[in-house]
Amino acid sequence: MLDLVHLVLFTFLAVVAVAIIRLKDLFAAVMLMGIFSLLSASLFTVMDAVDVAFTEAAVGAGISTILMLATLALTDSEEHPEHNKFQAMPLIAVVLTGVTLVFATFDMPRYGDPDAPIHQYVAPYYIEHTEEEIGVPNMVTAILASYRGYDTWGETTVIFTACVGVMLLLGGHAIVDRFRRRKPPGREGEP
Amino acid sequence: MTGVFAAATAAIVVCMGLTLARSIAGPTVFDRILAVNSFGTKTVLLIALVGYLAGRPDFLDLALVYALMNFIGTIAAMKFTRFGDLAGMEDDDSGEVF
Repeated sequence: MLDLVHLVLFTFLAVVAVAIIRLKDLFAAVMLMGIFSLLSASLFTVMDAVDVAFTEAAVGAGISTILMLATLALTDSEEHPEHNKFQAMPLIAVVLTGVTLVFATFDMPRYGDPDAPIHQYVAPYYIEHTEEEIGVPNMVTAILASYRGYDTWGETTVIFTACVGVMLLLGGHAIVDRFRRRKPPGREGEP
Repeated sequence: MTGVFAAATAAIVVCMGLTLARSIAGPTVFDRILAVNSFGTKTVLLIALVGYLAGRPDFLDLALVYALMNFIGTIAAMKFTRFGDLAGMEDDDSGEVF
């Protein structure tokens, strides 16, 4: 049953991807990209990669959609392709890259394989010692906030700094100006 | 009971296909916004059902977070169509609806 769900969700992903490429209306493409990340997030959840799914839903369906819409607000929401004629070279390059990537997956451990390197390296240590060393019931929380505490702290600092920088560069003055320019209610000189 | 969950999952997946078709075909912007919103709802339901199907009812929490995300995305899309700008102010009612 779950395999069938995987299959159908993957088919939907492919359909959405093709539709995004084909559509000329960029607003519709943004909407479909939201659907794309919702689909991949549910795929990740169904495949037990819950944390990845969480990130995908927050970044892909949440923030990306808003960023894309903000970009559309600054530009045109209709695509004007320079040339419509079929080009073989990009297709060949993409197909070759795809085949190489698929070929590379043959070397990877099977999905859910308990002997995969990722399950052999430090994971057994965390599973055995989290309870006594950290005392947090959730193992993922213990790893993120304690074993890799400095790592997480650094990441948070980087993201915060990036956010502040982008806001100062793009939004700071515009937001303040917007509030200053705001007309009082009952305006008269409207065009 | 598993049979019920399986049947419900199948029904939800079919609904996802239908909303997908609407979001690709949808002639107007509002068709697409509605399709994305209901697709998000279907995702929430699917995750909840799969959680019970796979014997992990804690997926329900995830489903709740997805519902919140979906709401934010829809609000942004609606604001964009209404004001043509995500920072549209409330007194800006000359927004172009396309």
